[in-house]
Amino acid sequence: MSRPFTPQVVTANALVAGDVVYLTPDGHWSRHHAEAELIEDPDRAAARLAEAAAQTGTVVGAYLAEARPGPAGPMPVHFRELFRAQGPSNYPHGKQAETRDV
Amino acid sequence: MYDYTAFDAAFVRARVAQFRAQVARRLDGSLTEEEFKPLRLMNGLYLQLHAYMLRVAIPYGTLNPGQMRQLAMIADRWDKGYGHFTTRQNVQFNWPRLHDVPDMLEALADVGMHAIQTSGNTIRNVTADHFAGAAADEIADPRPVAELIRQWSTDHPEFQFLPRKFKIAITGSPNDRAVTRAHDIGLRMVTRDGAPGFEVILGGGLGRTPMIGKVLRDFLPEADLLPYLEAILATYNLLGRRDNKFKARIKITVHEHGIDAIRDLVEAEFPRRRAAFGGADRDWLAAIAAQFAPPAFRDADPAPYHAARDADPVFRAWTDTNVAAHRHPGYGIVSISLKAHGATPGDATAAQMRVMADLAERHGHGALRISHEQNVILPHVPLAEIPAVHAALRDAGLGTANIGLASDIIACPGMDYCSLATARSIPVAQDIAQRLDALGIEQAAGPLKIKISGCINACGHHHVGHIGILGLDRAGVENYQVTLGGDGTETAAIGTRAGPGFAADEIVPAVERLILAYLELRDGPDETFLEAYRRLGAAPFKAALYPESEPRKDRSRAA
Ligand code: SF4
Repeated sequence: MSRPFTPQVVTANALVAGDVVYLTPDGHWSRHHAEAELIEDPDRAAARLAEAAAQTGTVVGAYLAEARPGPAGPMPVHFRELFRAQGPSNYPHGKQAETRDV
Repeated sequence: MYDYTAFDAAFVRARVAQFRAQVARRLDGSLTEEEFKPLRLMNGLYLQLHAYMLRVAIPYGTLNPGQMRQLAMIADRWDKGYGHFTTRQNVQFNWPRLHDVPDMLEALADVGMHAIQTSGNTIRNVTADHFAGAAADEIADPRPVAELIRQWSTDHPEFQFLPRKFKIAITGSPNDRAVTRAHDIGLRMVTRDGAPGFEVILGGGLGRTPMIGKVLRDFLPEADLLPYLEAILATYNLLGRRDNKFKARIKITVHEHGIDAIRDLVEAEFPRRRAAFGGADRDWLAAIAAQFAPPAFRDADPAPYHAARDADPVFRAWTDTNVAAHRHPGYGIVSISLKAHGATPGDATAAQMRVMADLAERHGHGALRISHEQNVILPHVPLAEIPAVHAALRDAGLGTANIGLASDIIACPGMDYCSLATARSIPVAQDIAQRLDALGIEQAAGPLKIKISGCINACGHHHVGHIGILGLDRAGVENYQVTLGGDGTETAAIGTRAGPGFAADEIVPAVERLILAYLELRDGPDETFLEAYRRLGAAPFKAALYPESEPRKDRSRAA
């Protein structure tokens, strides 16, 4: 018996800067979790991941991470993904330091 | 201080040029990530949670002021203005961009530094006692031997693809400050009938299967060192498991075959290796040793030091913890704490690096060391000049008086940076230190080592902490497991797990209860936490950790 599919986003690290990026519905890479495509179907998840993994000139280490809908877009489920979406807790570096309109 | 030979310099430059071309080929698409990853790892470049991370080797933790200033320059120019000193006596930059890394490596090469062999299944950066060449209790300075091992192992063709990474630590003192019993090979300098040699300890290590190393040879004459190390490495290269990454370290090889069987194999291989060496290494060691000649110590009157201690209680308290006995009269070893209460253990800003470089130049014969406990050492400071050093350190936010105390916490980067982490470790260290400071009990509690790792790989050495903390992921929630009674010194022991783990908001109060319980339980102020633990056993400490009696359930929100 299959478990209900948990929604997912495709995430990776950008090749040059190394920072965390998310695949958007229109196939671009965004640096903001809320702009990711929330994928609710396993076949689409596999297809999107395959597309992402092929973009080796842009991103590194693409994978699927669980996510859930939020008021402003998808939100992380696991704390690791929450930290990836924010930045480290000891300095205001990484994404938390940046304005949204980059 | 060892100066690179022309050969070393050319080798490092060639590697930088090679890596520059590799990065260019990665960026233009001619190399895939699978092809590029091993190449970048060989040059110390990791991809972490939020960015790349460049790990720079500081062999046996020894730096000169020019090198420290260059680290500061690199931090300012290509990173975020700070560096992180690690438990492996390395420095890490947490935010480099891929296309800047060749320039960073070039800048390192300008001062004889590099990031080679900080990764991969090779012989890694050799670590040594951070008080080497200065400590009053030392038999001999271990760094010439560490340098000999570094040169022998760098790009050694036979040992570039070992079953797993390989770490060697060396100490010249009977008081083991280099954690030799928790390394693949630990070397302790000893003498027998006046002749110098080594006790060779094999198969120690932390991580998933922590082991205290076993004595392979109780006395190895100094002249036999490299051939004997080669015999060990060759034995491991053939015997070590390559089928399972988790069973590939030599500690498992020793565990599976037994130390006696390994010894027989090593001793059988050893004569062949020794014949091949033919003594060239001996001449080379002598040449290296000349470069580690002690500085020209002055005979300075220590009276100003004692007068300052009498006059200033803050200075006195700082010297009690941060100044250690030097082999030369009138000198002291100054440990600079990178553990200000609430700061990230091991981090120094570029400005702080420059202050430390200046102080080393002005007052410390140009010598700097990095300790595996993530602090910086000025090994040779005339006592009379220590008040001035202290004043300058205080101005730079580096005057914390806590070396060896409970807030001098080792913590790995954990899930704030490390892609392998299962939980964070830095905030736990920050919160414990601030809580202890608020309570004002750490001076009373005396020597107490708290060590925190963000996953089972144990880079934070939690198994050998008097109080060890391991961050885990329990069903999607950070959970912290406590071990008690670990010890990384000559009386090494692996800590014992105390019981169920604690949630993130419970771990600091739990550590507080432990320390308060120790203060109640101890025989007197002279009995340390570890001594009290050894005398009383775990029970009273567990009672403090888990005060409610029944039922004892897992304290994490999710089991
Ligand atoms: S112990 Fe784990 S989390 Fe910490 S630095 Fe090592 S690998 Fe990373």
